Amino acid sequence: MSIKQLNIFVENKQGALVTITDTLAKHDINIRALSIADTEEFGILRLIVNDNDTACKILTDEGYLIKVTDVVGVKIGDQPGKLSKALEVIDKADINMEYLYAFMARTEKHAYVVLRVADNGLAEYVLEAAGFHMITDADINKL
Amino acid sequence: MENRYFQKEIETMPVEELKALQSEKLKKQVKHVYENVPYYRDLMDKKGVKPEDINGIEDLHKLPFLTKADLRDAYPYGLLAKPLKDCVRIQSTSGTTGRRVVAFYTQNDIELWEDCCARAIVAAGGTEEDVCQVAYGYGLFTGGPGLNGGSHKVGCLTLPMSSGNTERQIQFMTDLNATIICCTPSYAAYIGETLEEKGFKPDDIPLKAGIFGAEPWTEEMRRGIEKTLGIKAYDIYGLTETSGPGVAFECSEQTGMHINEDHFLAEIIDPDTGEVLPEGSKGELVFTSLDKEAFPLLRYRTRDICVLSRKKCSCGRTLIKMAKPMGRSDDMLIIRGVNVFPSQIETVLLNEGYQPNYQIVVDRKGNTDTFDVHVEMNPEHFTDTVSGITAKEKALANAMKTMLGINPAVHLVAPKSIVRSEGKAVRVIDKRKLHD
Repeated sequence: MSIKQLNIFVENKQGALVTITDTLAKHDINIRALSIADTEEFGILRLIVNDNDTACKILTDEGYLIKVTDVVGVKIGDQPGKLSKALEVIDKADINMEYLYAFMARTEKHAYVVLRVADNGLAEYVLEAAGFHMITDADINKL
Repeated sequence: MENRYFQKEIETMPVEELKALQSEKLKKQVKHVYENVPYYRDLMDKKGVKPEDINGIEDLHKLPFLTKADLRDAYPYGLLAKPLKDCVRIQSTSGTTGRRVVAFYTQNDIELWEDCCARAIVAAGGTEEDVCQVAYGYGLFTGGPGLNGGSHKVGCLTLPMSSGNTERQIQFMTDLNATIICCTPSYAAYIGETLEEKGFKPDDIPLKAGIFGAEPWTEEMRRGIEKTLGIKAYDIYGLTETSGPGVAFECSEQTGMHINEDHFLAEIIDPDTGEVLPEGSKGELVFTSLDKEAFPLLRYRTRDICVLSRKKCSCGRTLIKMAKPMGRSDDMLIIRGVNVFPSQIETVLLNEGYQPNYQIVVDRKGNTDTFDVHVEMNPEHFTDTVSGITAKEKALANAMKTMLGINPAVHLVAPKSIVRSEGKAVRVIDKRKLHD
Protein backbone atom coordinates (compact mmCIF):
# COMPACT_ATOMS: atom_id res chain seq x y z
CA MET A 1 0.00 0.00 0.00
CA SER A 2 2.86 2.35 0.77
CA ILE A 3 4.18 4.70 -1.89
CA LYS A 4 7.66 5.03 -3.31
CA GLN A 5 9.80 8.02 -2.45
CA LEU A 6 13.00 8.85 -4.28
CA ASN A 7 15.86 10.19 -2.15
CA ILE A 8 18.78 12.01 -3.69
CA PHE A 9 21.97 13.14 -1.98
CA VAL A 10 22.59 16.77 -2.85
CA GLU A 11 25.88 18.52 -2.32
CA ASN A 12 25.57 21.85 -0.62
CA LYS A 13 26.70 24.00 -3.51
CA GLN A 14 25.16 26.47 -5.85
CA GLY A 15 23.24 24.99 -8.73
CA ALA A 16 23.16 21.47 -7.31
CA LEU A 17 19.38 21.39 -7.10
CA VAL A 18 18.60 22.91 -10.46
CA THR A 19 20.87 20.37 -12.17
CA ILE A 20 18.72 17.60 -10.74
CA THR A 21 15.36 19.14 -11.57
CA ASP A 22 16.62 19.96 -15.06
CA THR A 23 17.71 16.38 -15.64
CA LEU A 24 14.32 15.14 -14.55
CA ALA A 25 12.51 17.67 -16.73
CA LYS A 26 14.49 16.66 -19.79
CA HIS A 27 13.25 13.11 -19.34
CA ASP A 28 9.63 14.15 -18.81
CA ILE A 29 9.60 13.19 -15.17
CA ASN A 30 6.88 15.01 -13.32
CA ILE A 31 7.51 15.88 -9.69
CA ARG A 32 4.35 15.39 -7.61
CA ALA A 33 5.78 16.40 -4.27
CA LEU A 34 9.09 17.27 -2.78
CA SER A 35 10.77 18.02 0.47
CA ILE A 36 14.36 18.79 1.35
CA ALA A 37 16.27 18.05 4.51
CA ASP A 38 19.28 20.24 4.65
CA THR A 39 22.29 20.50 6.90
CA GLU A 40 25.26 22.79 6.73
CA GLU A 41 27.06 20.33 4.52
CA PHE A 42 24.57 18.41 2.43
CA GLY A 43 20.92 18.02 1.60
CA ILE A 44 18.63 15.11 1.01
CA LEU A 45 16.07 15.76 -1.68
CA ARG A 46 12.95 13.62 -1.32
CA LEU A 47 10.71 13.31 -4.32
CA ILE A 48 7.44 11.69 -5.23
CA VAL A 49 7.45 11.41 -9.02
CA ASN A 50 5.27 9.88 -11.72
CA ASP A 51 7.88 7.40 -12.94
CA ASN A 52 10.27 6.10 -10.29
CA ASP A 53 12.12 3.59 -12.42
CA THR A 54 13.08 6.04 -15.12
CA ALA A 55 13.92 8.79 -12.64
CA CYS A 56 16.11 6.39 -10.70
CA LYS A 57 17.92 5.20 -13.77
CA ILE A 58 18.71 8.60 -15.25
CA LEU A 59 19.90 10.04 -11.95
CA THR A 60 22.03 6.99 -11.21
CA ASP A 61 23.55 7.29 -14.67
CA GLU A 62 24.37 10.90 -13.87
CA GLY A 63 26.30 9.70 -10.84
CA TYR A 64 23.86 10.68 -8.09
CA LEU A 65 23.40 8.70 -4.93
CA ILE A 66 19.81 7.47 -5.03
CA LYS A 67 17.76 5.46 -2.64
CA VAL A 68 14.12 4.49 -2.92
CA THR A 69 12.20 4.19 0.31
CA ASP A 70 8.63 3.18 1.05
CA VAL A 71 6.65 5.86 2.80
CA VAL A 72 3.09 6.09 3.98
CA GLY A 73 0.77 8.42 2.06
CA VAL A 74 -2.42 9.41 3.77
CA LYS A 75 -5.36 11.57 2.66
CA ILE A 76 -6.22 14.25 5.14
CA GLY A 77 -9.45 16.21 4.97
CA ASP A 78 -8.82 19.86 4.16
CA GLN A 79 -10.03 21.09 7.55
CA PRO A 80 -8.34 22.38 10.69
CA GLY A 81 -7.42 19.62 13.14
CA LYS A 82 -7.40 16.73 10.68
CA LEU A 83 -3.61 16.47 10.55
CA SER A 84 -3.41 16.51 14.33
CA LYS A 85 -5.87 13.68 14.44
CA ALA A 86 -3.71 11.55 12.13
CA LEU A 87 -0.59 12.33 14.09
CA GLU A 88 -2.28 11.44 17.36
CA VAL A 89 -3.11 8.04 15.93
CA ILE A 90 0.53 7.47 15.01
CA ASP A 91 1.68 8.70 18.37
CA LYS A 92 -0.76 6.56 20.29
CA ALA A 93 0.50 3.45 18.50
CA ASP A 94 3.99 4.44 19.60
CA ILE A 95 5.31 4.58 16.05
CA ASN A 96 8.50 6.55 15.69
CA MET A 97 8.30 9.19 12.95
CA GLU A 98 11.34 10.54 11.15
CA TYR A 99 9.69 13.26 9.10
CA LEU A 100 6.58 14.25 7.18
CA TYR A 101 5.55 16.65 4.47
CA ALA A 102 2.29 17.54 2.79
CA PHE A 103 1.01 18.55 -0.59
CA MET A 104 -2.42 19.54 -1.90
CA ALA A 105 -4.33 17.47 -4.38
CA ARG A 106 -5.40 19.51 -7.38
CA THR A 107 -9.07 18.47 -7.56
CA GLU A 108 -10.07 16.70 -4.39
CA LYS A 109 -10.72 18.50 -1.16
CA HIS A 110 -7.81 16.75 0.45
CA ALA A 111 -4.28 17.32 1.50
CA TYR A 112 -1.90 14.45 0.97
CA VAL A 113 0.54 13.82 3.77
CA VAL A 114 3.66 11.73 3.37
CA LEU A 115 4.88 10.08 6.54
CA ARG A 116 8.27 8.44 7.05
CA VAL A 117 7.79 6.16 10.02
CA ALA A 118 9.56 3.23 11.59
CA ASP A 119 6.81 0.75 10.72
CA ASN A 120 4.79 1.43 7.58
CA GLY A 121 2.47 -1.53 7.96
CA LEU A 122 1.48 -0.66 11.50
CA ALA A 123 1.04 3.03 10.65
CA GLU A 124 -1.29 2.18 7.78
CA TYR A 125 -3.23 -0.24 9.94
CA VAL A 126 -3.88 2.21 12.74
CA LEU A 127 -4.64 5.09 10.36
CA GLU A 128 -7.15 3.05 8.41
CA ALA A 129 -8.69 1.82 11.63
CA ALA A 130 -9.13 5.49 12.55
CA GLY A 131 -10.95 6.12 9.26
CA PHE A 132 -8.15 7.58 7.16
CA HIS A 133 -7.61 6.64 3.52
CA MET A 134 -4.21 5.72 2.22
CA ILE A 135 -2.84 6.85 -1.10
CA THR A 136 -1.11 4.44 -3.42
CA ASP A 137 1.33 4.70 -6.28
CA ALA A 138 -1.67 4.39 -8.59
CA ASP A 139 -3.22 7.50 -6.97
CA ILE A 140 0.06 9.35 -7.49
CA ASN A 141 0.10 8.42 -11.16
CA LYS A 142 -3.42 9.80 -11.57
CA LEU A 143 -2.46 13.17 -10.14
CA MET B 1 54.58 -21.77 -11.26
CA GLU B 2 58.27 -22.14 -11.93
CA ASN B 3 60.41 -19.55 -10.18
CA ARG B 4 62.05 -17.23 -12.65
CA TYR B 5 64.70 -14.62 -12.04
CA PHE B 6 66.28 -11.83 -14.03
CA GLN B 7 69.72 -12.28 -12.44
CA LYS B 8 69.52 -15.65 -10.76
CA GLU B 9 73.06 -15.76 -9.45
CA ILE B 10 72.59 -12.59 -7.41
CA GLU B 11 68.95 -13.07 -6.51
CA THR B 12 69.51 -16.54 -5.05
CA MET B 13 73.07 -16.08 -3.76
CA PRO B 14 73.83 -17.73 -0.42
CA VAL B 15 73.61 -15.07 2.31
CA GLU B 16 77.24 -15.41 3.44
CA GLU B 17 78.46 -14.87 -0.12
CA LEU B 18 76.12 -11.92 -0.48
CA LYS B 19 77.46 -10.35 2.69
CA ALA B 20 81.04 -10.84 1.50
CA LEU B 21 80.10 -9.15 -1.77
CA GLN B 22 78.52 -6.25 0.12
CA SER B 23 81.61 -5.85 2.31
CA GLU B 24 83.86 -5.74 -0.72
CA LYS B 25 81.68 -3.14 -2.43
CA LEU B 26 81.27 -1.07 0.73
CA LYS B 27 85.01 -0.67 1.24
CA LYS B 28 85.40 0.61 -2.32
CA GLN B 29 82.37 2.84 -2.11
CA VAL B 30 83.44 4.54 1.12
CA LYS B 31 86.82 5.27 -0.44
CA HIS B 32 85.14 6.64 -3.59
CA VAL B 33 82.86 8.91 -1.56
CA TYR B 34 85.59 10.10 0.82
CA GLU B 35 87.80 11.06 -2.09
CA ASN B 36 85.17 12.70 -4.26
CA VAL B 37 82.47 14.16 -2.01
CA PRO B 38 83.86 16.90 0.26
CA TYR B 39 80.49 17.25 1.99
CA TYR B 40 80.54 13.64 3.23
CA ARG B 41 84.30 13.70 3.86
CA ASP B 42 83.66 16.53 6.34
CA LEU B 43 80.97 14.49 8.07
CA MET B 44 83.35 11.52 8.35
CA ASP B 45 86.19 13.71 9.58
CA LYS B 46 83.95 15.25 12.22
CA LYS B 47 83.10 11.75 13.40
CA GLY B 48 86.75 10.73 13.26
CA VAL B 49 86.16 7.95 10.74
CA LYS B 50 88.59 7.22 7.92
CA PRO B 51 87.93 4.97 4.91
CA GLU B 52 90.44 2.44 6.26
CA ASP B 53 88.24 2.02 9.38
CA ILE B 54 85.61 0.42 7.18
CA ASN B 55 86.64 -3.14 6.47
CA GLY B 56 83.26 -4.65 5.85
CA ILE B 57 79.55 -4.33 6.52
CA GLU B 58 80.15 -4.90 10.25
CA ASP B 59 81.79 -1.44 10.31
CA LEU B 60 78.88 0.30 8.59
CA HIS B 61 77.56 1.68 11.89
CA LYS B 62 80.69 3.85 12.22
CA LEU B 63 79.69 5.99 9.25
CA PRO B 64 77.66 9.20 9.66
CA PHE B 65 74.07 9.39 8.47
CA LEU B 66 72.78 11.48 5.62
CA THR B 67 69.32 13.00 5.85
CA LYS B 68 67.01 14.81 3.53
CA ALA B 69 68.23 18.03 5.14
CA ASP B 70 71.78 17.20 4.00
CA LEU B 71 70.49 16.75 0.48
CA ARG B 72 68.88 20.16 0.66
CA ASP B 73 72.03 21.77 2.06
CA ALA B 74 74.17 20.19 -0.61
CA TYR B 75 71.77 21.02 -3.45
CA PRO B 76 72.45 20.70 -6.31
CA TYR B 77 76.01 19.42 -6.76
CA GLY B 78 77.27 18.99 -3.18
CA LEU B 79 76.90 15.20 -3.08
CA LEU B 80 77.96 14.53 -6.64
CA ALA B 81 80.86 12.05 -6.78
CA LYS B 82 81.64 12.09 -10.49
CA PRO B 83 82.58 14.88 -12.87
CA LEU B 84 79.58 16.10 -14.84
CA LYS B 85 81.13 14.80 -18.05
CA ASP B 86 80.53 11.26 -16.70
CA CYS B 87 76.90 11.94 -15.81
CA VAL B 88 74.17 11.30 -18.36
CA ARG B 89 70.91 11.92 -16.50
CA ILE B 90 69.21 13.58 -13.58
CA GLN B 91 65.94 12.58 -11.93
CA SER B 92 64.18 14.62 -9.30
CA THR B 93 61.61 14.40 -6.54
CA SER B 94 58.37 16.33 -6.71
CA GLY B 95 59.62 18.76 -4.09
CA THR B 96 56.38 18.56 -2.12
CA THR B 97 58.19 18.43 1.21
CA GLY B 98 60.58 21.25 0.58
CA ARG B 99 63.33 21.82 -1.91
CA ARG B 100 63.63 19.30 -4.70
CA VAL B 101 66.13 16.49 -4.49
CA VAL B 102 68.14 16.13 -7.68
CA ALA B 103 69.92 12.80 -8.21
CA PHE B 104 72.60 12.20 -10.84
CA TYR B 105 73.30 9.06 -12.87
CA THR B 106 76.18 7.77 -14.91
CA GLN B 107 75.33 5.36 -17.73
CA ASN B 108 76.34 2.52 -15.42
CA ASP B 109 74.04 3.84 -12.67
CA ILE B 110 71.16 3.74 -15.12
CA GLU B 111 72.01 0.21 -16.24
CA LEU B 112 72.01 -1.07 -12.66
CA TRP B 113 68.80 0.77 -11.82
CA GLU B 114 67.06 -0.71 -14.85
CA ASP B 115 68.36 -4.18 -13.88
CA CYS B 116 66.64 -3.71 -10.52
CA CYS B 117 63.37 -2.82 -12.24
CA ALA B 118 63.79 -5.79 -14.57
CA ARG B 119 64.14 -8.07 -11.53
CA ALA B 120 60.83 -6.69 -10.27
CA ILE B 121 59.06 -7.29 -13.58
CA VAL B 122 60.35 -10.87 -13.85
CA ALA B 123 59.35 -11.52 -10.23
CA ALA B 124 55.83 -10.38 -11.19
CA GLY B 125 55.81 -13.01 -13.95
CA GLY B 126 57.02 -10.79 -16.79
CA THR B 127 58.75 -12.31 -19.84
CA GLU B 128 59.63 -11.16 -23.33
CA GLU B 129 56.16 -12.32 -24.38
CA ASP B 130 54.52 -9.62 -22.26
CA VAL B 131 53.12 -6.23 -23.19
CA CYS B 132 54.05 -3.85 -20.38
CA GLN B 133 52.07 -0.64 -20.00
CA VAL B 134 54.09 1.92 -18.06
CA ALA B 135 51.59 4.43 -16.67
CA TYR B 136 53.91 6.07 -14.19
CA GLY B 137 54.80 9.65 -15.04
CA TYR B 138 57.76 10.05 -17.37
CA GLY B 139 60.18 12.90 -16.97
CA LEU B 140 61.84 13.99 -13.75
CA PHE B 141 59.82 11.46 -11.74
CA THR B 142 61.71 8.15 -11.54
CA GLY B 143 58.65 5.91 -11.94
CA GLY B 144 58.26 6.08 -15.73
CA PRO B 145 61.93 6.00 -16.75
CA GLY B 146 62.82 3.22 -14.27
CA LEU B 147 60.08 0.77 -15.21
CA ASN B 148 60.45 1.69 -18.88
CA GLY B 149 64.12 0.68 -18.74
CA GLY B 150 63.36 -2.48 -16.78
CA SER B 151 60.66 -3.47 -19.24
CA HIS B 152 63.13 -3.08 -22.12
CA LYS B 153 65.68 -5.24 -20.31
CA VAL B 154 63.14 -8.01 -19.80
CA GLY B 155 62.22 -7.71 -23.47
CA CYS B 156 58.57 -6.82 -22.96
CA LEU B 157 56.81 -4.82 -25.62
CA THR B 158 56.80 -1.52 -23.73
CA LEU B 159 53.93 0.97 -23.91
CA PRO B 160 55.42 4.25 -22.65
CA MET B 161 52.07 5.76 -21.71
CA SER B 162 53.11 8.00 -18.84
CA SER B 163 50.34 8.86 -16.37
CA GLY B 164 47.01 10.50 -17.12
CA ASN B 165 44.64 10.43 -20.10
CA THR B 166 42.78 7.45 -18.76
CA GLU B 167 40.69 7.01 -21.92
CA ARG B 168 43.85 6.55 -23.94
CA GLN B 169 45.32 4.20 -21.32
CA ILE B 170 42.26 1.99 -21.60
CA GLN B 171 42.27 2.09 -25.38
CA PHE B 172 45.92 1.00 -25.64
CA MET B 173 45.45 -1.55 -22.87
CA THR B 174 42.56 -3.25 -24.63
CA ASP B 175 43.69 -2.78 -28.25
CA LEU B 176 47.24 -4.01 -27.66
CA ASN B 177 46.37 -6.55 -24.93
CA ALA B 178 48.63 -5.15 -22.23
CA THR B 179 49.43 -7.92 -19.76
CA ILE B 180 51.37 -5.93 -17.16
CA ILE B 181 50.70 -2.43 -15.88
CA CYS B 182 53.07 -0.28 -13.84
CA CYS B 183 51.68 2.81 -12.08
CA THR B 184 50.81 4.25 -8.68
CA PRO B 185 48.25 2.17 -6.77
CA SER B 186 45.81 5.07 -6.62
CA TYR B 187 45.96 5.42 -10.39
CA ALA B 188 45.50 1.65 -10.79
CA ALA B 189 42.39 1.90 -8.62
CA TYR B 190 41.16 4.80 -10.73
CA ILE B 191 41.73 2.93 -14.00
CA GLY B 192 39.91 -0.04 -12.44
CA GLU B 193 36.94 2.13 -11.47
CA THR B 194 36.78 3.61 -14.95
CA LEU B 195 36.91 0.17 -16.59
CA GLU B 196 34.16 -1.03 -14.28
CA GLU B 197 32.00 1.95 -15.21
CA LYS B 198 32.51 1.13 -18.86
CA GLY B 199 31.11 -2.33 -18.17
CA PHE B 200 34.39 -4.27 -18.22
CA LYS B 201 34.45 -7.42 -16.13
CA PRO B 202 37.84 -8.53 -14.73
CA ASP B 203 37.88 -11.35 -17.31
CA ASP B 204 37.56 -8.87 -20.17
CA ILE B 205 40.72 -7.04 -19.07
CA PRO B 206 43.89 -8.49 -20.64
CA LEU B 207 46.13 -7.57 -17.68
CA LYS B 208 47.56 -10.36 -15.53
CA ALA B 209 49.86 -8.42 -13.21
CA GLY B 210 50.50 -4.92 -11.96
CA ILE B 211 53.57 -3.36 -10.35
CA PHE B 212 52.50 -0.55 -8.08
CA GLY B 213 54.49 1.81 -5.90
CA ALA B 214 55.60 5.39 -5.23
CA GLU B 215 52.94 5.97 -2.59
CA PRO B 216 51.71 4.14 0.49
CA TRP B 217 48.92 1.66 -0.03
CA THR B 218 47.28 -1.00 2.07
CA GLU B 219 46.62 -4.73 1.77
CA GLU B 220 42.93 -3.94 1.47
CA MET B 221 43.62 -1.64 -1.45
CA ARG B 222 45.70 -4.38 -3.04
CA ARG B 223 42.83 -6.84 -2.79
CA GLY B 224 40.48 -4.25 -4.28
CA ILE B 225 42.73 -3.60 -7.28
CA GLU B 226 43.33 -7.32 -7.79
CA LYS B 227 39.59 -7.95 -7.84
CA THR B 228 38.57 -5.11 -10.17
CA LEU B 229 41.38 -5.65 -12.67
CA GLY B 230 41.56 -9.44 -12.32
CA ILE B 231 45.33 -9.34 -11.72
CA LYS B 232 47.98 -10.05 -9.15
CA ALA B 233 49.22 -6.75 -7.72
CA TYR B 234 52.90 -6.49 -6.78
CA ASP B 235 54.45 -3.86 -4.59
CA ILE B 236 57.64 -2.06 -5.59
CA TYR B 237 59.71 0.29 -3.47
CA GLY B 238 62.27 2.92 -4.18
CA LEU B 239 63.27 6.48 -3.71
CA THR B 240 64.87 9.00 -5.99
CA GLU B 241 67.75 9.48 -3.55
CA THR B 242 68.95 5.90 -4.06
CA SER B 243 67.92 5.53 -7.76
CA GLY B 244 64.16 5.18 -8.02
CA PRO B 245 61.74 2.23 -8.05
CA GLY B 246 63.38 -1.16 -7.83
CA VAL B 247 65.29 -0.75 -4.59
CA ALA B 248 62.98 -3.51 -3.39
CA PHE B 249 60.30 -5.54 -5.15
CA GLU B 250 57.73 -8.16 -4.37
CA CYS B 251 57.74 -11.78 -5.51
CA SER B 252 54.84 -14.21 -5.91
CA GLU B 253 54.70 -14.80 -2.14
CA GLN B 254 53.52 -11.19 -1.65
CA THR B 255 54.81 -11.08 1.92
CA GLY B 256 57.21 -8.18 1.70
CA MET B 257 59.67 -6.82 -0.81
CA HIS B 258 63.09 -8.29 -1.58
CA ILE B 259 65.73 -5.60 -1.29
CA ASN B 260 68.28 -5.60 -4.10
CA GLU B 261 71.00 -6.00 -1.51
CA ASP B 262 73.84 -6.33 -3.95
CA HIS B 263 73.26 -2.64 -4.74
CA PHE B 264 71.55 -1.31 -1.63
CA LEU B 265 72.67 -2.18 1.86
CA ALA B 266 69.78 -1.86 4.31
CA GLU B 267 69.75 -1.16 8.04
CA ILE B 268 67.00 -0.52 10.55
CA ILE B 269 67.76 2.11 13.16
CA ASP B 270 66.03 3.66 16.12
CA PRO B 271 64.82 6.95 14.61
CA ASP B 272 65.42 8.80 17.88
CA THR B 273 68.87 7.54 18.88
CA GLY B 274 70.27 6.40 15.53
CA GLU B 275 71.22 3.08 17.10
CA VAL B 276 71.23 0.08 14.74
CA LEU B 277 68.47 -2.36 15.66
CA PRO B 278 68.60 -6.16 15.28
CA GLU B 279 66.80 -7.87 12.41
CA GLY B 280 63.07 -8.06 12.96
CA SER B 281 62.88 -4.76 14.85
CA LYS B 282 60.62 -1.99 13.71
CA GLY B 283 62.49 1.18 12.95
CA GLU B 284 63.68 3.62 10.33
CA LEU B 285 65.02 2.18 7.11
CA VAL B 286 68.52 3.36 6.13
CA PHE B 287 70.16 2.66 2.78
CA THR B 288 73.74 2.69 1.60
CA SER B 289 74.22 2.65 -2.17
CA LEU B 290 76.96 0.13 -2.89
CA ASP B 291 77.32 0.65 -6.63
CA LYS B 292 76.06 4.12 -7.43
CA GLU B 293 78.83 6.11 -9.07
CA ALA B 294 77.43 9.62 -9.54
CA PHE B 295 75.24 10.00 -6.45
CA PRO B 296 76.39 7.44 -3.90
CA LEU B 297 74.58 8.08 -0.64
CA LEU B 298 75.96 6.37 2.44
CA ARG B 299 73.62 5.62 5.32
CA TYR B 300 70.77 7.67 3.93
CA ARG B 301 67.84 7.90 6.33
CA THR B 302 64.66 7.24 4.35
CA ARG B 303 62.23 8.27 7.15
CA ASP B 304 60.30 5.11 6.23
CA ILE B 305 59.35 3.02 9.22
CA CYS B 306 59.45 -0.72 8.54
CA VAL B 307 60.76 -4.16 9.50
CA LEU B 308 63.33 -6.38 7.73
CA SER B 309 63.22 -10.16 7.60
CA ARG B 310 65.52 -12.81 6.25
CA LYS B 311 62.95 -15.58 6.60
CA LYS B 312 63.32 -18.14 3.79
CA CYS B 313 61.12 -17.19 0.86
CA SER B 314 59.25 -19.70 -1.30
CA CYS B 315 60.39 -17.87 -4.44
CA GLY B 316 63.96 -19.01 -3.85
CA ARG B 317 65.38 -15.51 -3.52
CA THR B 318 67.79 -15.03 -0.65
CA LEU B 319 67.56 -11.23 -0.73
CA ILE B 320 66.35 -9.81 2.57
CA LYS B 321 62.71 -8.67 2.65
CA MET B 322 61.27 -5.41 3.91
CA ALA B 323 57.70 -5.10 5.09
CA LYS B 324 55.57 -2.47 3.46
CA PRO B 325 56.50 0.82 5.17
CA MET B 326 53.85 2.20 7.50
CA GLY B 327 54.14 5.43 5.57
CA ARG B 328 56.81 8.01 5.02
CA SER B 329 57.28 10.57 7.68
CA ASP B 330 56.79 13.02 4.80
CA ASP B 331 53.17 11.82 4.70
CA MET B 332 52.88 11.62 8.43
CA LEU B 333 50.80 14.33 9.96
CA ILE B 334 51.13 15.42 13.52
CA ILE B 335 47.64 16.41 14.59
CA ARG B 336 47.11 17.55 18.17
CA GLY B 337 50.45 15.93 18.93
CA VAL B 338 49.46 12.53 17.53
CA ASN B 339 51.16 10.89 14.53
CA VAL B 340 48.64 10.18 11.80
CA PHE B 341 49.44 8.27 8.61
CA PRO B 342 46.95 8.56 5.75
CA SER B 343 47.34 4.81 5.27
CA GLN B 344 45.69 4.29 8.66
CA ILE B 345 42.64 6.25 7.52
CA GLU B 346 42.56 4.11 4.41
CA THR B 347 42.63 0.90 6.43
CA VAL B 348 39.66 2.06 8.51
CA LEU B 349 37.67 2.99 5.42
CA LEU B 350 38.25 -0.37 3.76
CA ASN B 351 37.42 -2.21 6.98
CA GLU B 352 34.16 -0.27 7.28
CA GLY B 353 33.12 -1.00 3.71
CA TYR B 354 34.01 2.31 2.11
CA GLN B 355 36.16 2.92 -0.95
CA PRO B 356 39.51 4.56 -0.16
CA ASN B 357 38.34 7.82 -1.70
CA TYR B 358 39.01 10.36 0.99
CA GLN B 359 40.70 13.61 1.77
CA ILE B 360 42.14 14.73 5.07
CA VAL B 361 41.95 18.44 5.83
CA VAL B 362 43.93 19.77 8.74
CA ASP B 363 43.70 23.35 9.91
CA ARG B 364 44.19 25.34 13.07
CA LYS B 365 41.57 27.30 14.94
CA GLY B 366 43.09 29.30 17.75
CA ASN B 367 45.62 26.91 19.23
CA THR B 368 43.78 23.72 18.34
CA ASP B 369 44.24 21.61 15.25
CA THR B 370 41.08 20.78 13.35
CA PHE B 371 40.99 17.34 11.74
CA ASP B 372 38.41 16.68 9.04
CA VAL B 373 38.12 13.62 6.87
CA HIS B 374 35.94 13.77 3.77
CA VAL B 375 34.81 10.38 2.54
CA GLU B 376 32.88 9.47 -0.56
CA MET B 377 29.71 7.51 0.10
CA ASN B 378 28.69 4.35 -1.73
CA PRO B 379 25.01 3.90 -2.65
CA GLU B 380 24.60 1.39 0.20
CA HIS B 381 25.61 4.02 2.77
CA PHE B 382 23.08 6.57 1.67
CA THR B 383 19.83 6.84 3.57
CA ASP B 384 16.90 9.21 3.30
CA THR B 385 17.31 10.65 6.78
CA VAL B 386 19.84 13.17 8.05
CA SER B 387 20.13 11.19 11.28
CA GLY B 388 21.01 8.07 9.28
CA ILE B 389 23.88 9.80 7.55
CA THR B 390 25.07 11.51 10.71
CA ALA B 391 25.11 8.14 12.47
CA LYS B 392 27.32 6.70 9.74
CA GLU B 393 29.67 9.67 10.02
CA LYS B 394 29.88 9.14 13.78
CA ALA B 395 30.54 5.42 13.37
CA LEU B 396 33.39 6.12 10.96
CA ALA B 397 34.81 8.81 13.25
CA ASN B 398 34.74 6.32 16.14
CA ALA B 399 36.52 3.65 14.11
CA MET B 400 39.17 6.22 13.19
CA LYS B 401 39.51 7.30 16.77
CA THR B 402 40.12 3.69 17.80
CA MET B 403 42.87 3.42 15.20
CA LEU B 404 44.47 6.84 15.66
CA GLY B 405 43.77 7.90 19.19
CA ILE B 406 42.25 11.19 18.12
CA ASN B 407 38.80 12.03 16.94
CA PRO B 408 38.30 13.38 13.42
CA ALA B 409 35.16 15.05 12.10
CA VAL B 410 33.98 12.77 9.30
CA HIS B 411 32.00 14.22 6.41
CA LEU B 412 30.30 11.92 3.96
CA VAL B 413 30.25 13.43 0.49
CA ALA B 414 28.88 12.51 -2.93
CA PRO B 415 30.69 9.92 -5.07
CA LYS B 416 33.43 11.35 -7.28
CA SER B 417 33.25 14.72 -5.57
CA ILE B 418 36.80 14.47 -4.21
CA VAL B 419 39.23 15.58 -6.89
CA ARG B 420 41.12 12.67 -8.39
CA SER B 421 44.64 13.26 -9.50
CA GLU B 422 45.97 10.97 -12.12
CA GLY B 423 49.45 10.85 -10.65
CA LYS B 424 49.74 10.78 -6.91
CA ALA B 425 46.52 11.11 -5.00
CA VAL B 426 46.13 14.31 -3.01
CA ARG B 427 45.05 12.80 0.27
CA VAL B 428 46.05 15.57 2.59
CA ILE B 429 45.43 19.28 2.69
CA ASP B 430 47.31 20.83 5.56
CA LYS B 431 46.19 24.42 5.86
CA ARG B 432 48.18 25.00 9.05
CA LYS B 433 51.21 25.79 6.92
CA LEU B 434 49.45 28.86 5.57
CA HIS B 435 49.34 30.36 9.05
CA ASP B 436 52.94 29.63 10.03
